[in-house]
Amino acid sequence: MSGQVDEGLRSELQKQGIWVTSTQELYNWGRRNSIWPLQFGLACCAIEMIATAASRYDLARFGGEVFRPSPRQADLMIVAGTVTKKMAPQIVRLYNQMPDPKYVISMGACAISGGPFKQGYNVLKGIDRYIPVDVYIPGCPPRPEALLHAFMELQRKIDAQRLTGDGKAGFLDRNQPSEFPVPAFGAHDLEPPSNPDVFHPPVVERSS
Amino acid sequence: MTPEPYFFLIIFCGVAVVFPLMPLALAWMWRRFFQPPKPGPAKNATYECGVESTGEARVQFQSQYYLYCIIFLIFDVEAVFLIPFAVAFTGLPMAAFIAILVFLLLLIEGLVWAWSKGCLDWAKAR
Repeated sequence: MSGQVDEGLRSELQKQGIWVTSTQELYNWGRRNSIWPLQFGLACCAIEMIATAASRYDLARFGGEVFRPSPRQADLMIVAGTVTKKMAPQIVRLYNQMPDPKYVISMGACAISGGPFKQGYNVLKGIDRYIPVDVYIPGCPPRPEALLHAFMELQRKIDAQRLTGDGKAGFLDRNQPSEFPVPAFGAHDLEPPSNPDVFHPPVVERSS
Repeated sequence: MTPEPYFFLIIFCGVAVVFPLMPLALAWMWRRFFQPPKPGPAKNATYECGVESTGEARVQFQSQYYLYCIIFLIFDVEAVFLIPFAVAFTGLPMAAFIAILVFLLLLIEGLVWAWSKGCLDWAKAR
């Protein structure tokens, strides 16, 4: 796999017109340059997402312009906007319906933490309570450049995923789940309020 | 030695078979050796914009809708005739007035008949 061919030797060979690669590199190269997002916007961040896909910012430069109207054909879910508790089960279900490998970009303050509506009763305090998020973009809303940056970060992440060995990517691991439990409406809140397998909030240590 | 004139056709057929089969075989091998399939209840479920689908996929319209449409069509045509009549009403002779009354009477008769037949009851007991 990658790393077995010496970088210097590879560069030397490349100068002579011989291109050395591995299945993993070829696979990841293809995947990272054809990330198809799910056509899915929730709030004002979606407008920025649309702007990113349109000609001025041109997401097509990164191979991500093919917004799919069905989760069956999508690789990436851009959670663009405020996730209300009414919408959260649908988002989790859509995520579950996407085929592996799948990635999530949490776009904007609302999708990360609830944002300005964090104190509200009806807004989910971050989509990472239910589904694993790969890249977070802060901002309210983040500019298209920020989304492009997140896209490039995701490409770097995909590039670093391994096909074999202990550190292989989660979607290749038979034991890693591909679906996550869909929350249901309870008496006061979504049940469960978060998925403990996915959600690991940072522990704040305070000095006494 | 001259090659058989149809030899290139055999090559062409071979390529035509191998070319589509190769990506399918690659995909199958990929699934077999690298990526384990992970089907699940949500993934196998019908896609309905993230909402759980309910009911049957086959939806039947009541045939009553058809009768409604026909009756609507008749009165639509009636309106088309009545509006020019109303616009030119002051300049029309008596015969025209009687003619349109007969026309109206025929349609009203039809409506009464349809009504008595129960065509206007929307949710008839089936």
